[in-house]
Amino acid sequence: MARSIKKGPYVDPSLIRKIDLDSAPDSRRVIKTWSRRTTILPEFVGYTFAVHNGRKFVPVFVTENMVGHKLGEFSPTRTYYGHGSDKKKR
Amino acid sequence: MARIAGIDLPRNKRIEVALTYIFGIGRSTSQKILAEAGVDLNTRSDDLTEAEVSKIRKLIDDGYQVEGDLRRDVTMNIKRLMDLGCYRGLRHRRGLPVRGQKTKTNARTRKGPRKTVAGKKK
Repeated sequence: MARSIKKGPYVDPSLIRKIDLDSAPDSRRVIKTWSRRTTILPEFVGYTFAVHNGRKFVPVFVTENMVGHKLGEFSPTRTYYGHGSDKKKR
Repeated sequence: MARIAGIDLPRNKRIEVALTYIFGIGRSTSQKILAEAGVDLNTRSDDLTEAEVSKIRKLIDDGYQVEGDLRRDVTMNIKRLMDLGCYRGLRHRRGLPVRGQKTKTNARTRKGPRKTVAGKKK
């Protein structure tokens, strides 16, 4: 079910703090985060996040189109190389 | 054989159903349109008067996105997801279910006909 509009988009409070610190000197470096559940706000455009996928941090450069999606959507958690190479194993 | 929204002309069906042959119009939209146009749902599509046809046509042209425009919109939305590199886009690229369904079994609509892989022999 979609989130109630009344509440507004969800952004992890800890992440907001990180970004506020960052934008002051306008040093747009990579922001490391575990917060995959955070909605991308219009203010995030131009930032690069390093989003944790359970194993490592995937760099995500936020573009305008991404607004409204969650950070986690851009950092896949599963590795799948496909079937078919089983033949060699035998 | 009314010609509404481009190419659609289903014959001799109840107009309520006939309208659903247009991509983007289902039963409920069809009913809404007909109610607004003041046409009885049970009239056959052949029996429509010219005035009724043009009324319906006008309502659809003004108020609804149908056929080509709608199809283009849908593909554009999918394309946007694919270009974005987000999870839903990746699923579209792979031709797998997008909304979190299981793929261990079923999911044949997205995956297409079964491609059996021969089991390994001892």
